[in-house]
Amino acid sequence: MEFTRAEVCIAAASDSWRDAGEVLAHAVGTVPVVGARLARMTHSPDLVLSDGEAFFMAEPPPLGRTAAAGGVIEAWVPFRRVFDVLQSGRRQSMMGASQLDRYGNQNISAIGDWRRPKRQLIGVRGAPGNTVNHRTNYWVARHSPKVFVERVDIVSGVGNDRAREAGGAALRFHDLGVVITDLGVLDYAADGTLRIRSVHPGVTVEEVQRSTGFAIDGTDATETRAPTPEELRLIREVIDPSSARTREVAG
Amino acid sequence: MSLEDFAGTIESGMTIGIGGWGSRRKPMALVRALLRTDVRDLTVVSLGGPDVGLLCAAGKVRKLVYGFVSLDSIPLDPHFRAARESGAVEVAEYDEGMYVAGLRAAAQRLDFLPTRAGLASDVLTMNPDLRTVASPYGEEEYVAMPALRTDVALIHLNRADAAGNGQYLGPDPYFDDLYAMGADRCFLSCEEVVPTGRLLAPGEDGRSAPVQSLLVGRIYVTGVIEAPDGAHFTSCVPDYDRDEAFQKEYAAAAKDPDAWRTFEQTYLRGGEDAYRAAIAGRAAVGADERNA
Repeated sequence: MEFTRAEVCIAAASDSWRDAGEVLAHAVGTVPVVGARLARMTHSPDLVLSDGEAFFMAEPPPLGRTAAAGGVIEAWVPFRRVFDVLQSGRRQSMMGASQLDRYGNQNISAIGDWRRPKRQLIGVRGAPGNTVNHRTNYWVARHSPKVFVERVDIVSGVGNDRAREAGGAALRFHDLGVVITDLGVLDYAADGTLRIRSVHPGVTVEEVQRSTGFAIDGTDATETRAPTPEELRLIREVIDPSSARTREVAG
Repeated sequence: MSLEDFAGTIESGMTIGIGGWGSRRKPMALVRALLRTDVRDLTVVSLGGPDVGLLCAAGKVRKLVYGFVSLDSIPLDPHFRAARESGAVEVAEYDEGMYVAGLRAAAQRLDFLPTRAGLASDVLTMNPDLRTVASPYGEEEYVAMPALRTDVALIHLNRADAAGNGQYLGPDPYFDDLYAMGADRCFLSCEEVVPTGRLLAPGEDGRSAPVQSLLVGRIYVTGVIEAPDGAHFTSCVPDYDRDEAFQKEYAAAAKDPDAWRTFEQTYLRGGEDAYRAAIAGRAAVGADERNA
């Protein structure tokens, strides 16, 4: 069966929540949101979804809409409770990254010196708290040396080197999983550095390495699995019939 | 009390907490009232939206304490971005959960609350005053998030009685009760001031608001200001949603000095009645254009 690059990314995103258990799937971006719903509809029925506002959803509303647009509410989770949930550890994130370095330090705050940034971005938001409280994965829609940099300008999400160096309370629940990009899936070697776990069908290891701003090991890279026919049906007909995914990943 | 009476109590150099979240249920009428005064050098504590943008644009902010400054449907307030990139304001940027810990500490009159959030991140670098605290029970060490205590809190709710018992009717209280408790004085604006007995009385549909909607008690409130559309252009559910068209106009104007002068002239130079009239006129023009 024919499939697109976006659909490969969604299946990989879905896999990131495999065996996560009965936790809140926190997803930022279209591919992660569709991936979380796909995970819930296939291998992880206990996963908890939210409407991104004040509710947990037994049945999610249409993509990109809040509970007011439909769906079935199962719990009340205003913003103040979101912080309780993440501190309890019953949550697993897939966040975006404006910069990401070889140890998985992530920056969404600003480019340049924080005192007077060249470019103000959205700020650290919840990244510091997420990364020291529960498993955190990242989604990068355009794999490039501008994103994958030697050193991030501001550490918003805590990487493996920083967590290990700090130790104690910073390290106790720190758990970086995977980085999914439009080119492949990265994970972390035992020394905490990023490596290529798989490249998407049609992508080479060299292409990923060329698109990464630091040396990255691709020795054991495999090919990212293709979405199954059932997954493709769910993505196309049920979860994302208006193809919002193609606006995030071309092809 | 009137918006003018409220504004008259604010002095330059004060630390002001502003309730709501991003572009949601912000006390915009109170902020607009501040824009019409000559107060300046404010320290603003906010999960920021256009409240922060407008105060920055008016040059009233010395220091900004925030978890984020977003318009929700627009990821970043353009005035905030400009203030950061020109170095115009001093900042304390915190993780959102740290910020909430700071509000809770202030509400409890504690110096700090411990939190895991922030450890090993550059939040500690960006806030060199931040300290950690060792657990007396084990080996762990946490961030000691300092109390975000304020001189004055500004919040906007759906309804209140004249004594200051405030009620929210939407799905999220945000943190308005914590702002009220963590401030020396709190000014509460609302869509409608109602007799106390009406807060939980059955409405026209025969249904009453749940008692849990009574978010803020009068023991924390100094003054109540009736301000219909007082959160405009942010959302104040269920009374109204965000005015997305107007927010777009605000954000576009904020990116261009000439456009911003026109925006200020059109909407911000008069009183609140003039603002509401300008908004109503704009809506009418929009309707005419749609009908044409």
